[in-house]
Amino acid sequence: MSTDTPLHLAVALDGAGWHPAAWREASAQPGDLLDPSYWVGLVQTAEAGLLDFVTLEDSLALQSSRNNTHDQRTDLVRGRLDSVMVAARVAPLTEHIGLIPSVTVTHTEPFHLSKAIATLDYVSQGRAGVRVQVSGRPQEAAHFGRRQWEGRPAEEISRKLFAEAGDYVEVMRRLWDSWEDDAEIRDVATGRFVDREKLHYIDFNGRWFNVKGPSITPRPPQGQPVVAALAHSSVPYRFAAEQADIVLATPTDPAGAGVIIEEVRRYQREAGRPDAAVVILADLVVFLGATQQQAEDRKTRMDDRFGHPYRSDAPIFTGTPAALAQLIGEWKDAGIQGFRLRPAGLPVDLDLIVSDVVPELQRRSLFRTAYGPGTLRDRMGWGRPANRYAQGANVGPKATA
Amino acid sequence: MTEARKQIHLAAHFPGVNNTTVWSDPAGGSHIEFSSFIHLAQTAERAKFDFFFLAEGLRLREQGGQIYDLDVVGRPDTFTVLSALAAVTEHLGLAGTINSTFNEPYEVARQFATLDHLSGGRAAWNVVTSWDAFTGENFRRAGFLAQEDRYRRASQFMLTTWELFDSWRGDDIVADAASGVFLNDPDAGAFSHRDDQFDIHGRFNVPRSPQGRPVIFQAGDSEEGREFAAATADAIFTRHSGYSGGRAFYADIKARLAKFGRRPDQLVVLPAATFVLGDTDAEAEEMSRHVRAQQVSGATAIKLLEQVWNRDLSAYDPDGPLPDVEPRVGEATIAPGRASVRMNKDPLGTARQWREMAEAKGLSIRQLMIETSARQSFVGSAATMAEKMERFVADEVCDGFILVPHITPGGLDRFADEVVPLLQERGTFRTEYTGATLRDHLGLAPLPVPPRP
Repeated sequence: MSTDTPLHLAVALDGAGWHPAAWREASAQPGDLLDPSYWVGLVQTAEAGLLDFVTLEDSLALQSSRNNTHDQRTDLVRGRLDSVMVAARVAPLTEHIGLIPSVTVTHTEPFHLSKAIATLDYVSQGRAGVRVQVSGRPQEAAHFGRRQWEGRPAEEISRKLFAEAGDYVEVMRRLWDSWEDDAEIRDVATGRFVDREKLHYIDFNGRWFNVKGPSITPRPPQGQPVVAALAHSSVPYRFAAEQADIVLATPTDPAGAGVIIEEVRRYQREAGRPDAAVVILADLVVFLGATQQQAEDRKTRMDDRFGHPYRSDAPIFTGTPAALAQLIGEWKDAGIQGFRLRPAGLPVDLDLIVSDVVPELQRRSLFRTAYGPGTLRDRMGWGRPANRYAQGANVGPKATA
Repeated sequence: MTEARKQIHLAAHFPGVNNTTVWSDPAGGSHIEFSSFIHLAQTAERAKFDFFFLAEGLRLREQGGQIYDLDVVGRPDTFTVLSALAAVTEHLGLAGTINSTFNEPYEVARQFATLDHLSGGRAAWNVVTSWDAFTGENFRRAGFLAQEDRYRRASQFMLTTWELFDSWRGDDIVADAASGVFLNDPDAGAFSHRDDQFDIHGRFNVPRSPQGRPVIFQAGDSEEGREFAAATADAIFTRHSGYSGGRAFYADIKARLAKFGRRPDQLVVLPAATFVLGDTDAEAEEMSRHVRAQQVSGATAIKLLEQVWNRDLSAYDPDGPLPDVEPRVGEATIAPGRASVRMNKDPLGTARQWREMAEAKGLSIRQLMIETSARQSFVGSAATMAEKMERFVADEVCDGFILVPHITPGGLDRFADEVVPLLQERGTFRTEYTGATLRDHLGLAPLPVPPRP
């Protein structure tokens, strides 16, 4: 089954790389992390490797080594730029690659984010997405001051956060559809710029917010930009199965991947969504080297500088590009549709993905040798969806509220 | 010895969602495709303009309970478009309106700090405030502000973002791989702010940007608005574009600066200015009449009249006389969220005046609305326009202009090609950018870096 279904390959960009000591590597550019040319260069490299998309990490708090408080460490990367805006800054200087910034939906406005991603879709001509993430962290709540941090059991908090995220994505999706594609008529005879019958109030009323609509921004080129979500357990799997287009999962082996895929597909079916509506990718942290020894030496050097071995929510791969290509092929056979690789060090691991891993995959006929035409949605296999508000269109999923 | 001639500041306003913009002209292009934004921004940069300006509206306009369909409808997200424009321009300032009512300081501060990083120090923020429940229906906050609270909210919002911008000093990041020191301050970004609008604390996560903070624009015109601008703004976006009104405003606002310990050159006064450029003054006059007729169609004339009458006038003929009925006095409900309607304090007086004018000149509704809608700020040949703009600036009507073309996206092309070279020849407008940041373009000194606490 592996050769006829396309393999999707993405990279997750964050700071100087995912390893906390990556910024101290000789090849790193730790003084350039706030310089737009650093991000343009990374995404152009990823595009040279024909990757499906990049994601950009972000958060509404300063990086911290502790989960629920700020730290006072001075030996790690601190400070970042807004990921939606970095994606927009990169968009005019790239042509094919998808741009998926990460956005926290817990404290922000669905109306603002909906038009920001729609606009990213315009400036990138159909390559926009958004990775939605929730925040239960008290330091982010304190930056907004509008809700108390809830010190309740994790499961219950998680359910509430993802229920709110579900409403949030529903509002974004309705706003993206709130203009029909042919709403702008420019009818000089009657003086009407739009046909107001083709603009729709979304009238969303939920527990966390009410949003009237329509959007101020016309329906974006893709119709519905891509929504991605990272998920590690049943509550977010269900949220993603109901509302996302791409699920980023963290199975530790092909068997584990199969279990996760089955669970996500079950929730999808319960939500009335066909299997093909959601693409499931595995996240993998990668430490690459020309030889196994070189890769391991790099990881050891970084771990020594960090003070202890790097741990991650995602599995960690340390080895050669050929070994990574081999692993990707094996996981694909188990039903994983692709990978989001997290380069341990930037730009070095990204450079090796593009210069060595991609050619290895191409040799195995596992990966494209050129970009086709079309939008990010086209590349992911979905095409442009009908508008839920247009006459004759199927009505989209109902509000969870 | 001749004194150096006072330099003019120029900016390009992306055409707005109002009847100034003539979308029906054959040259009128897309208001949403990125190529239109690139065209106007690159034209402005080619002409060495100070900055590009993008307005904001957070709810589609309505009149009489229906979405208003006669003007351009639809606009992009401000931060996203300005970030993308930073990739296709090098020097041009990038200014945007962002509302202080339907946002939170932490988020807006990180967005402007990011824009300033992504543009190498070219960001500007036009701080506006709204207080209508109509717009609030799109947001979590939903509720609206009492009109008297809006400047307090705007002021506290903006000053809170300044605390966030100043929580990094600019030398915090060492990034020394050998020693392993990334930050030289374990508390970089720390802030704590409490007032009656905001109670927030923590660590700001965008390190200090090239300008320290965005250039601050304000547009307020009330007594409170003028005081707020005099105390805190770097530039003021005024609607006083006429000669005498502009001079009075300019004198007033500049005189207020001293009590805040500021010099007159620390606040740049820029009115919005429309223009019609012709080969000759006579041709421009003719074109100007044509443009105003395009801007006020029969249907638009009825809608403009409704905004004063505050009632449905759809049964009236735009080519006929003014309605016999009187305007409905009281809260203006016909066009919620539209500031110009809300500000009409004396509809009966306006109606009386208009009836007299229509009678004296024999004007239909449409003719009257064309007559009473503002003539373009500058009408004439390139030489006439250059001379008049220089005179306005020399006579302290203003420090320059935010030009609002009526055609998207090519409405600035002729101005760039014909008027700018004349200003440059006469030594009143730059021939090259001399600084890197928007503060440099506007003649504003770099901000001092606050000391560590």
